[in-house]
Amino acid sequence: MATVATTPSADALPKRANPLWQFIKVQPLGVFGLLIILLYVVCALGAKWIAPYDPEAIDFAAMLAKPGEEHLFGTDQYGRDVFSRIVYGARTALAVGILSSMFGCTLGALLGAASGYFGGRIDNAIQRVVDIMLSFPIIVLAMVVVAVLGKRAALGIDWNLIAAIALPIIPKMARVARSSTLSIVAMPFIDAARAAGFSHKRIILRHILPNIVAPYLIMVTAFMAQAILLEASLSFLGLGVTEPTPAWGLMLSGTSADFYQTAPWMILFPGAAITLAVFAFNLFGDSLRDWLDPKLKS
Amino acid sequence: MLRTVLRTVIASTAALLVGAGIAGAQTPKKGGTLNFGVVAEPPNYDCHGSTTFALVHPIAPHYSLLVKFDGKEYPKVIPDLAESWTVSPDRMTYTFKIRTGVKFHDGSPLTSEDIKATYDRIINPPQGVVSIRKAYYADLVVEAPDPTTVVFKLKNPMAGVLEALASPFNCVYSAAKLKENPRYPETQIMGSGPFAFVQHVKGSTWEGKRFDGYFRKGQPYLDGYKIFFVKSGGVVPGILGGQFDAEFRGRNPSEKAQLLEKMKDKLTVHEGTWVNNLMLVFNTTRKPFDDVKVRQALSMAIDRWGGSDALSKISILKFVGGVMRPGYSMSLPEAELVKLPGYSKNINKSREEAKKILEQAGLKDLKFKLLNRNIPEPYTPAGVYSIDQWRRIGVTVEHEQLETKLYQERVAKGDFDVAVEFQADFMDDPTAQFSKFLTKKLSPSGYSGHTDTKIDEMYTKQRQTMDVAERTKIVREMERYALTQAYNVPILWWQRIIMYNKKIKGWYMTPSHYLWQDLSTVWLDQ
Amino acid sequence: MLWYLIRRLFLVIPTLIGVAIAVFFLIRVMPGDVVVVKLRADGADVSEEMIQAERKRLGLDKPLYMQFTDYMVGLAHLDLGKSLWTGDSVNKEIAIRIPVSLQIAVMASIIAVLISIPLGTISALYRDTWIDHSVRVLAVSGLAVPSFWLGMLIILALLALFNWLPKIGYVPLWEDPIANLSVTIWPAISVGYRYAAVATRMMRSALLEVMREDYIRTARAKGVWTRLIMRRHALRNALLPVVTVIGLEFAFLIGGLVVTEQVFNINGVGKLFVDATTRGDFNLIQGLVLFIATMFIFVNLIVDLLYAWLDPRIRLS
Repeated sequence: MATVATTPSADALPKRANPLWQFIKVQPLGVFGLLIILLYVVCALGAKWIAPYDPEAIDFAAMLAKPGEEHLFGTDQYGRDVFSRIVYGARTALAVGILSSMFGCTLGALLGAASGYFGGRIDNAIQRVVDIMLSFPIIVLAMVVVAVLGKRAALGIDWNLIAAIALPIIPKMARVARSSTLSIVAMPFIDAARAAGFSHKRIILRHILPNIVAPYLIMVTAFMAQAILLEASLSFLGLGVTEPTPAWGLMLSGTSADFYQTAPWMILFPGAAITLAVFAFNLFGDSLRDWLDPKLKS
Repeated sequence: MLRTVLRTVIASTAALLVGAGIAGAQTPKKGGTLNFGVVAEPPNYDCHGSTTFALVHPIAPHYSLLVKFDGKEYPKVIPDLAESWTVSPDRMTYTFKIRTGVKFHDGSPLTSEDIKATYDRIINPPQGVVSIRKAYYADLVVEAPDPTTVVFKLKNPMAGVLEALASPFNCVYSAAKLKENPRYPETQIMGSGPFAFVQHVKGSTWEGKRFDGYFRKGQPYLDGYKIFFVKSGGVVPGILGGQFDAEFRGRNPSEKAQLLEKMKDKLTVHEGTWVNNLMLVFNTTRKPFDDVKVRQALSMAIDRWGGSDALSKISILKFVGGVMRPGYSMSLPEAELVKLPGYSKNINKSREEAKKILEQAGLKDLKFKLLNRNIPEPYTPAGVYSIDQWRRIGVTVEHEQLETKLYQERVAKGDFDVAVEFQADFMDDPTAQFSKFLTKKLSPSGYSGHTDTKIDEMYTKQRQTMDVAERTKIVREMERYALTQAYNVPILWWQRIIMYNKKIKGWYMTPSHYLWQDLSTVWLDQ
Repeated sequence: MLWYLIRRLFLVIPTLIGVAIAVFFLIRVMPGDVVVVKLRADGADVSEEMIQAERKRLGLDKPLYMQFTDYMVGLAHLDLGKSLWTGDSVNKEIAIRIPVSLQIAVMASIIAVLISIPLGTISALYRDTWIDHSVRVLAVSGLAVPSFWLGMLIILALLALFNWLPKIGYVPLWEDPIANLSVTIWPAISVGYRYAAVATRMMRSALLEVMREDYIRTARAKGVWTRLIMRRHALRNALLPVVTVIGLEFAFLIGGLVVTEQVFNINGVGKLFVDATTRGDFNLIQGLVLFIATMFIFVNLIVDLLYAWLDPRIRLS
């Protein structure tokens, strides 16, 4: 992983008068990334007001219109407004990206913490499963899971798609969480807590989990970028979101492939939307890592 | 009857077939290799167990048939291995005279025994052999009284026997080789067609070379042919790059535009109707689709005439038609079609009516799921268009686009509200075209699950009516009934657009992409 | 070193067996039936009886434990079984597609190394200058561009600039190098861009770290010219993380191939995988997944070994 996190000890978490201000000062690029993310969030939440057209409304009179005053980014073969579809597409991208990354990382963190804390057989069993899961390239695993689970939509989101994207994240987060936990378990204050007769629950909640918050946050942001990219790839292969739902990867796939040589705007803008979103999450994630992880700070 | 069909086929293609008339007059030149693209690859090589053009396009040149459809004058049936034939006055016995001196590619002679063995394999496949159209030929008994005679006797009256025997999937195999191994055609190619098999490089190419012992003297003209297996999106780049010169299944209008823009004066374009359509299947075992009024209302909401104009520019969907291909002799004339629910040219009135019906049925905010395959052309445009049309009468529809295997499973299980199905066959015969409109009892693909045996009765009756005029009457009545009951309603029929380099001559377009692919008459003007 | 190798190899075996078992059962719960797709998908009116007969012929009617035994016995002989779609052996189906995918993968790696080493070095040397900033932006965007979109952009650019499109079909490199490269170079660039980006970032940060370490400081104290340091010490040590990247990014390479082969119409392993999942060809899917996972495990193993070889400290610990 590009984001291999090392563990900060409890007191190494930045303690500053105003952490937000510090972040802005130290990590201007990260702030830039955050601003782009916020822009997408605004698009997703306010799509109804921002998008000039209904993203699913067919208007054959405007078929394959070039970008211009009427349609900022042009239209597709059904005469649907590309700009509006991108704005609404932010919903799909963010929902899938954020949810699958959070689910994957949370499950992974719990697994990893349990593995590291209990050690012994539990650790061994979990690690073997993690090894096996890590032997599949992400997209291969996701494609098999999509094929196995099919589609299950609720609240306008395909939950099986989220599961397929979250699953490959679990073992990676588990690895990181385990090594963080191991280094904490080795600390004297854990021994002390154990000696004092505190319950596992209390030790995990009070001492272990707070200490893996930093790697957790780093991984969550890093995987959001990857999840968005993976969703786009799956939709491109026809395995993700389905027409007429606006989704960026979908806008590059299927029959669009027949038209993009004559109507390049059909693929230029959605592709740029994906790139910018992933770029922003990466930028923010990198800065967050640098900021939370004192060892990497120069 | 023949002439009317002919006229429509020619009329629809003539406009773009400027050079064809001259080509017919030219003397064919010998030599050269025809390179063309095929957008799918056959799983194995056995014609009898296949339903796909992916098999026909590479394999048809290797085999002969008993009789075949004429490419120039579809749906006329012309001799292939049969020299001539006679039909008994009661039309229950068909006697074919087989050519003499026909050789298989291995040099062994082809006799009536081989044809009998072939049809026996189709009608009563031995253990382990897949014969898909077995049921279609169940009423036939084959005999080979002498080496040059094959007799087909009918157990029950059956219309369209000749057309059925002209199936491009009924490749004639060697009786001797079948005796050794009834499954040899799956892995080996040994026929009597104009071209012998050279090699198949999986996932990339297929090659055939001229068979000098072919029974039509002087044919084939080509030295050989080479197929490039490409994805659909690879056809235009392949033709533009000069890697191959044709694709014979059919391309969409945007691909036509791209090719015309780049190589206008080097391209021959054919356009016409295609014996394929997309239809909506209502699951009549689910509410509210058990209500004929609701089904009609949902069909009425779809603007077929307007959709035809627009969709034909972006997809292969084009012609408004009923159960039979528009223009085919037995189809309902347009004047009658527009009287049926969903075919009115006044869409606003139709929609109002549809809204009213749904309101009366208490289904003002009807919501359902449309099950579809995730194949971009033409399934996605059909789904997207239908959903948009239904939205205009206040019906909310969720598009469920699944991979073919998942789609098939759901449809077969009856686990859907409304599905987008397709109808495709190598000919217009109503016995083939109506298969999805029947009850499940009579047809495994009667997915709508209705139990209306009236359609079944009419179907059986037309199949056994050998008088053409009489049969046409029954078929039209059946079509009217089927469209009114609306268990299945066609959305649009497909347009077939074939483009190839002008140097290719002697290829003719039929409304089916399964026909006229043995390449015996094709030659290169270079 | 030998012991290390043996120990590592020993650890791989249970993982591989686990993968084989997991894949088998994961795929068996996959809905959809290859026989139905094969016989019915083209619209034929095929009876249920015929579908059952074909299932029987393919051995799909056998109880699961028997199918599993057959599969494991086959695996012991390195035989992945027969494709349910074509009836040909899975080994052969995969073998046909390996050369082109492998070549693209290797070319993408070469592109990555050729770009990342100089860029990463320059970026580290001119740290916090505009050169460094632009290299970093280029690298971060490399992580963000979907490879299939990049592929489409390349096609558009070729069409717009040269009115030319890459041909379809693979010619082996030794038969016709130009025809071969004119097909493979574009997907290699599409996939390699991300690779290069990650490697550049790694190269840069590794160099920075190494340059802080003591022995470099000593060397500098001796008055050795900076560039010489680069060549002698730092570069060799910094190669370690680059090697790691190649291992870690192998997963993305496969992912990139799966989608990019679609864009460029390449008959490779990725396309085969997409086709196999579309058809529900169980044997081919499990064979391919197993093959890809094995490749993945061994690439990581080789990377670890290289790492150990480059850096003795790891071996000893």
